[in-house]
Amino acid sequence: MSEIPSELRYRESHEWVRDEGNGTAVVGISDPAQAALGDMVFVELPEPGMSYSQGEACAVVESVKAASDVYAPVSCEVIEANGALEDNPELVNTDPYGEGWLFKVQLTDAGEIDGLLNSEAYAAQQDD
Amino acid sequence: MRRTSLYDSHLAAGARMVDFGGWEMPINYGSQLDEHHQVRTAAGMFDVSHMTVVDIHGPETRAFLSNLLANDVAKLTTPGQAFYSCMLKESGGVMDDLIAYFMNEDWFRLVVNATTRDKGLAWLERHGAEFSIAVTEHHELSIIAVQGPEARQKVHAVMPAQAVSELAQLKPFSAVDVDGIFVARTGYTGEDGYEILISVLQAEAFWDRLLEQGVKPCGLGARDTLRLEAGMNLYGQDMTEEDTPLVSGLAWTVAMRDDREFIGRKALEKQKMDGVPARLVGLVLEGRGVLRPGQKIITEAGEGVTTSGSFSPTLQKAIALARVPAATGDRCEVEIRGKHLPARIVKPPFVRKGKACEGIA
Repeated sequence: MSEIPSELRYRESHEWVRDEGNGTAVVGISDPAQAALGDMVFVELPEPGMSYSQGEACAVVESVKAASDVYAPVSCEVIEANGALEDNPELVNTDPYGEGWLFKVQLTDAGEIDGLLNSEAYAAQQDD
Repeated sequence: MRRTSLYDSHLAAGARMVDFGGWEMPINYGSQLDEHHQVRTAAGMFDVSHMTVVDIHGPETRAFLSNLLANDVAKLTTPGQAFYSCMLKESGGVMDDLIAYFMNEDWFRLVVNATTRDKGLAWLERHGAEFSIAVTEHHELSIIAVQGPEARQKVHAVMPAQAVSELAQLKPFSAVDVDGIFVARTGYTGEDGYEILISVLQAEAFWDRLLEQGVKPCGLGARDTLRLEAGMNLYGQDMTEEDTPLVSGLAWTVAMRDDREFIGRKALEKQKMDGVPARLVGLVLEGRGVLRPGQKIITEAGEGVTTSGSFSPTLQKAIALARVPAATGDRCEVEIRGKHLPARIVKPPFVRKGKACEGIA
């Protein structure tokens, strides 16, 4: 069964966001998403300093099957990318909410997080 | 969607099922990478029952296939002997690719692609009409491919004792019928092993016995990365009705030395005369990234395109097959998401028997 932690917020396009409470947040892709994509072999992350509007494509995760865009779940400026994924992209599979995080951001509009799905709503979307 | 006789076995093994040409087939049983390595290092098995088995019977079987196939059935003289061949259109484009087994003078067996079943059978019927032959499709057979360095020994362990000595002597690209089970020493992975045609009634029990021997189920995902590493073409991707074998890395499968007439020969002769414009090559990406089908190739001789591409689990690099201008040298660039990344041009295969081929890694 997929894990969908209740302390995170989600976008329909399968990104999760962890609000760090100081105007920053961490972004990754969900457990159901990594399971559907399969074994990760390459992750292309945004450079720190890049700014994105909510919903804009900002990263690519490539599994052995296919390449998939990752969308900015909230409007933001990237402050750090997870360098560990360069050599170990499989962390996205093995620990999607922990060591497999993708990037950290400075929020442009903290209010946008409230507009994202909570875990129950996201889980319900997976059952459709 | 159609299901094979092993459908329940796949679900029991935790398969993720997908639609493949109208068949509900396992794409993986958890990890495509693990399944890939399993076949390179030990033994894995694939349900490929969606493929079409067609027998051609009749006194003019050899004459019919001599006209139909780009490879020359005159090469097949020993019962059980097989080869790989294309069926061509008059235009020289590839109608389908297949394995042909010579059983006896009145009987050849063809195994053709699932995705091209309807047009392939129609083609056989149409061109067979002029010959004294009969075309029979076998729905009652399942196909299990057991592949890997330990594959043959694992299969021998589940076969009757008297069959084992016969199987032990079976040469590559030949087949034998043991106890009503058709065992061919062929495959689509670059490893040793068998492709086994067995009654749908026996398939599940046979699959379970192989499981007990430690043969792991592998999905179509691993099958694709294995065949790509082995430099084997996939019909519909690496060649289509628009491509001749000469631009698809398949000139070795076309027998044109003597004056045998076969469908598509004239078009191939004309293409040779005019100059074959392109060739299918292997690519190894130098930097980070993943090659995929349909990416643009930039060379000094002009543009090309990748036809298959993936991350190679054995080489830990991105590899591809690509159609490039004939005059292309040993380097090119691949356009990936707007960036141009350097790649080396190599001669497939990339991997054979678990190891990188010379000049690849």
